[in-house]
Amino acid sequence: MTAESRNAVKSLESIAEEIYEEINKGMIPSMKIPVRTKNNIVFDIKHGVWKYGRNFGQRSAKKLDGAYMLLRTLYMLDFIKDMIAENKSSTLRELYYISEGWETAKFHSQDESNNLVEDLEIITRYMREDFKLRPEEDGARVIGNITINETNRKGVKKRINCRDDVGDSGYTVPYNVEKEKIEFVDVDADFVIAIETGGMFDRLVENGFDEKERAILVHLKGQPARSTRRLLKRMNEELNLPVVVFTDGDPWSFRIFASVAYGAIKTAHLSEYLATPTAEFVGITASDILNYELPTDKLNDRDIEALKAELSDPRFQTDFWISEIKAMLEIKKKAEQQALAKYGLDYVTDTYLPEKLQEIGII
Amino acid sequence: MLDENIAELLAEKQKEISVSEFFERNKHVLGFDSPVKSLITAVKEGVDNALDACEEAGILPEIRVEIRKVEKNEYLIAIQDNGPGIVKRNIPKVFGQLLYGSRFHAIRQSRGQQGIGISGVVMCSQLTTGRPARILSKTAGKMAADEIILSIDTKHNRPEVVREDVVLWDEVEHGTRIEVYLRGRLIRGRQSVYEYLRRTAIVNPHAKITYIEEDRKYIFERATERLPKKTVEIKPHPYGVELGTLLKMIKHSKNRQINSFLMNEFSRVSPRVADEICSVAGIDQKKRPKEITVEEAKALINAMRKVRIMAPPSDCLSPIGAHLIKKGLRNVMEEYKPEYYVPPVTREPAVYSGNPFQVEVGMVYGGNLPKDQPVEILRFANRVPLLYQQGACAITHAIERIKWKQYGLEQRGGKGIPNGPAVILVHIASTRVPFTSEAKEAVADIPEIIEEIGKALKECARHLRFHIKKREKKKKVRDKFEIVQKIIPEIARKSAEIVGKPVPPIDRTITKIMGILWVDSVSEYGKGIYDVRIKVINYMEKRAKFSLYTEIERESIRDAEPEGRRSGRGIVWDISLKPTESLEIRLKLRGEKGDYDDIELYTDGINPVHVIGAEPLPGDWNVERAEIIEVME
Repeated sequence: MTAESRNAVKSLESIAEEIYEEINKGMIPSMKIPVRTKNNIVFDIKHGVWKYGRNFGQRSAKKLDGAYMLLRTLYMLDFIKDMIAENKSSTLRELYYISEGWETAKFHSQDESNNLVEDLEIITRYMREDFKLRPEEDGARVIGNITINETNRKGVKKRINCRDDVGDSGYTVPYNVEKEKIEFVDVDADFVIAIETGGMFDRLVENGFDEKERAILVHLKGQPARSTRRLLKRMNEELNLPVVVFTDGDPWSFRIFASVAYGAIKTAHLSEYLATPTAEFVGITASDILNYELPTDKLNDRDIEALKAELSDPRFQTDFWISEIKAMLEIKKKAEQQALAKYGLDYVTDTYLPEKLQEIGII
Repeated sequence: MLDENIAELLAEKQKEISVSEFFERNKHVLGFDSPVKSLITAVKEGVDNALDACEEAGILPEIRVEIRKVEKNEYLIAIQDNGPGIVKRNIPKVFGQLLYGSRFHAIRQSRGQQGIGISGVVMCSQLTTGRPARILSKTAGKMAADEIILSIDTKHNRPEVVREDVVLWDEVEHGTRIEVYLRGRLIRGRQSVYEYLRRTAIVNPHAKITYIEEDRKYIFERATERLPKKTVEIKPHPYGVELGTLLKMIKHSKNRQINSFLMNEFSRVSPRVADEICSVAGIDQKKRPKEITVEEAKALINAMRKVRIMAPPSDCLSPIGAHLIKKGLRNVMEEYKPEYYVPPVTREPAVYSGNPFQVEVGMVYGGNLPKDQPVEILRFANRVPLLYQQGACAITHAIERIKWKQYGLEQRGGKGIPNGPAVILVHIASTRVPFTSEAKEAVADIPEIIEEIGKALKECARHLRFHIKKREKKKKVRDKFEIVQKIIPEIARKSAEIVGKPVPPIDRTITKIMGILWVDSVSEYGKGIYDVRIKVINYMEKRAKFSLYTEIERESIRDAEPEGRRSGRGIVWDISLKPTESLEIRLKLRGEKGDYDDIELYTDGINPVHVIGAEPLPGDWNVERAEIIEVME
């Protein structure tokens, strides 16, 4: 057992201890957890990211839902404790299926169990990896002239150049990208470009954008997994590579950028590990839709709701975002990054991106 | 020169086309405008007739409807009743002549006010399939039934007997059966024959209705043995009469003077009112009715509207009544296991334009009724279901105007048909139901009617709100029980297991969560004795000292353990319980089934907000009830 794991177990035990003591004293057991909404995130000046604020919610056994959550918490603690003692680990999905056997305490969906794992991270200030819980492999990809050492499942360090040693689909990002798993050996690139969709990633690969512009391409696969965000953060911090984010032009893509650059609301307790505050947005904006006369779709009701919510999201309170969000609400249109193909397959790599990157001084 | 017979010939021709062409032209009015509707209309006319015949003869109706497909788009429909039967010589006219019948001019609440009647069905059958109708009729005391195969001579609107016979029919003692072939389409759902009969059963709980559709059989059992009150015929009220009717009445009147005509032919017209009408109209009261001109008739109508006249009598109406609406609904709604039947409301009779009418509303809530759909509206006029034109109906409009949110149903934007697990039944009984069109599918927006429906709906809705509130409170208590009985013990056990300590006591935590005194009783009945168990649990943080009362006839008490004391109208126990302590009281009571299924429990000496399952003791508990033998004026 590692020291981290031992401490994690101790800290989990102290949660059970507290609940035990409350009942022993004749009190109603409860647990305090930061409110996990956009109304409770504050800017952390030291790390330049958004983290949870001081609003706490109480999960009390006085209410039916609260009582169930406390019971589930105890079952989960117990499970993690046993797992660590036996030197095993499990995926979040396995954990959910294991909870099927917990009778009264079982979860109704994997979201519930995933959320509770995050709650435990927040309360204990340990990461789920310390609890030996891991997400499914999510398969985000990297292509570019960067060489790494990955410690594989047999404990052997494998040296991989993410341009020359991989196929056209690139190097697949594992769920753990910490130093014990991945070491950066060498890099010859000027910046990292994180791309929302697989189609656009492949376009940039085919057009040789990585070599032409000396870029490392990272496929985000929609809302990026923790490991993808962590890898971007490490490349930015340890290799001094600027990061740009290239997405569709719609409210959901803006949120993808926000979670890369400022931290996601769901994982705000980990923002300082996951967020890259200097990341720049080179995705499609409302202005681009107008300037490049891109083919568009109409905003649907959910899009409009989401844009309006973003207007009051503290992460978007910059002149750039407020004006772009308002402009999008005004034109009532959104566009995909692949809409640039209107001007030919090379347009994005020959014209659009170079223009955008020059604007922000990357090339 | 013009043939002098040509006019006659033309007239002949006009008549020739008239009946069938009238039918063709007015299909939509008569209810035969679509294949789906044709079947329903046929069933409706037959069932209306059957119910009317039984009720008039004072017989509890037993009605049987059969539908069988004989060819593509062609169905055999049979409707059979246990009514008095029809004497043979009248059969052809009743079934084979349009607009024959006694109800056409009568002012009374009747089903037959709608539609063109059964002869229209025979006509439609003949026109769409070319087949005659078969009628079986057996009157009381007869061994055999008359069988008549009948078609309609459309040239002359005259019945034509194709064949007649005497057959053995021992299925019923007396009754009538009609079989017709119709082009149509049989569907399921909200506008189906099944639904029509289901709704008919709701508002006619005195009828047993059997429906056989192909090889499926549905039975709507009788929910009451009580026949509806017989309706009385009334004369028209001056406020409701129209010019054409007045002219017709004048023409047929045998009165010699206009004032006596008014007194004799209208309801609520006294000599004084008759004189006043005449003088306002500027017509001599002694004028012979036959001499009244159209202009004068118009003046009479205007005068009638101006003079104050007493409202028409309302004993001509036969509402279903709250009790039977509930029974009827219960009878057909049970498959949804509704959690609540709102006590139905029967409003006092009211009047619009001289026509008496009465509104009734019933509601069903919860259970397996769909939660996120608009409520189901069951509309009835004179005990006849209205299946079409819901959006155009005054009943729907009245429902849409209620602010349902405050009564516990969802309503998007605060108007329109509410959403929720509910069914709303509205019945309008009137001597003349005002329909929006001749198709008689929707009630017209008469302000008086909408207002009455609104009042009845609100009364029901208040009960609903009360029920929903009570249920929410119950749910809270149920949740708390789940917490303290199921979850807290588990939390205590599991946390102890993780920290490796003995399981902590949970009593004090439980009382903190509950904070109530729980009172509950269960009754079991057998052999003239009720076995009642009353359970009292103190879920409060402090000791509970109080008195528990129950109202029981002294003579009924066989045994009580603990004994308690007698007081006022029952037994009292003085109870003191520590937190989480409980007490069980057992009673043996003599009584008939139904006497003590739910015993009333009261508490005293404890704040009622902490008590679940018992009411605060009424102030007059210890007052011996005074008996008033005689009241002297």
